[in-house]
Amino acid sequence: MNKKIRILIAKPGLDGHDRGAKIVARSLRNAGMEVIYTGLHQTAEMIVETAIQEDVDVIGLSLLSGAHMTLFTDVTKLLKKKKIEDIIVLGGGIIPEQDIPKLKKEGISGVFGPGTRTEEIVEFINKNVKK
Amino acid sequence: MNEIAANVLKEDPRAIARLITFTENGDFEASNAMKDIHRFTGNAHVIGVTGVMGGGKSTLICEIAREFRKKGKKVGIIAIDPTSPFSGGALLGDRVRMMELAMDKGVFIRSMGTRGMLGGLASAVYDVVEILDASGKDIILIETVGVGQAEVDIIKIADTTLVVLVPGLGDSVQTIKAGLMEIADIFIINKADRPGVNQTVAEVESLVDIECSNEDRRTPVLKTIAKEVNGIKELVQEIETHKKYLKNCKKFDIKRKKRYEAELVEIIRKRLMNFIFDESKFKDKVELLIDQIYKKEIDPYSAADKILGKILK
Repeated sequence: MNKKIRILIAKPGLDGHDRGAKIVARSLRNAGMEVIYTGLHQTAEMIVETAIQEDVDVIGLSLLSGAHMTLFTDVTKLLKKKKIEDIIVLGGGIIPEQDIPKLKKEGISGVFGPGTRTEEIVEFINKNVKK
Repeated sequence: MNEIAANVLKEDPRAIARLITFTENGDFEASNAMKDIHRFTGNAHVIGVTGVMGGGKSTLICEIAREFRKKGKKVGIIAIDPTSPFSGGALLGDRVRMMELAMDKGVFIRSMGTRGMLGGLASAVYDVVEILDASGKDIILIETVGVGQAEVDIIKIADTTLVVLVPGLGDSVQTIKAGLMEIADIFIINKADRPGVNQTVAEVESLVDIECSNEDRRTPVLKTIAKEVNGIKELVQEIETHKKYLKNCKKFDIKRKKRYEAELVEIIRKRLMNFIFDESKFKDKVELLIDQIYKKEIDPYSAADKILGKILK
């Protein structure tokens, strides 16, 4: 058995800033994970469909536009509706401190803002993905 | 029948995805399901797409898939990218160019890392072809990693191999002809709106003249501009013509048997490697032998005899 952690990195909505997402993608690759990158302007439906086909352990969402309360939770709601319980959802980007507890309540397991060390994200994933 | 296999046959995307993961990870649950689905396979037309890096393979595959969808065919896509030999990780980005297919229920896309395989393929690709075939896909498109000269394993698995080139390669057509130029069933000069396209077509045509002089079929050379959906209809027609040709001259059966041969060898290779290097009792033994080779107490050939003797006896 040689399990590799698979993770989908996606940018929902209309925000076109993907530098952070690409840096995180690279760091996860360097940590030995398989990273599926789908680019900009994804809908929740596209993200969930891709996550199913690619059988990922983690979905990482990145957003800098401020619409995270809607767009991040659209993804977790759709996962719930499809009865998918074994995928961890993480968020990154410009997320105000006061929104983090609300996001966690909606099923976003971890939120990583600017200045997060990439090792922190790797550690979080390694610890939380079922082996 | 195995539950996951039954759900694959029902075209359940989650079962398809999970079984692919099992085969990639070498999970023992995979082999039972794979045994069950084999007799439901054999219907899909397997099309390999290979060629130079940056040739536009992903965009081309997206458009080929869309054309087949218009004809009512169900499509599976396997997009392979290199695994880093240092970290074991991979950045799989081919889907970026295929987003137009993301919401189409008749299309299943899976990205794969090579996970140490050379030759432009991933080790589990034979299994993934079987899984997609059993799940009712009529067309399976495989995108290899961008190739140079040696990554020509795609012909072991594809019924039809497309080799994608771009204008302005110039002398590099000469350097790649040894491997890549021999495996093409159809040549595609993509990005044909770029300067130098006619020269590239002429160079490839002259190579085809030499390669095909004793053959009953001349490898066609097509121009496409995938981004503008230009030349795709003609390409898909040529792909279908090639399949008919293979069926008519019985080469289809020969190709399929070659694929099963390659698959069988791969299964045995993987099992043997796992047996020697992963099973705990053997791993210690192997490490001990490496130590002895280092100390000149034994030579590598005798060490190999010792390991293989245990299996072959």
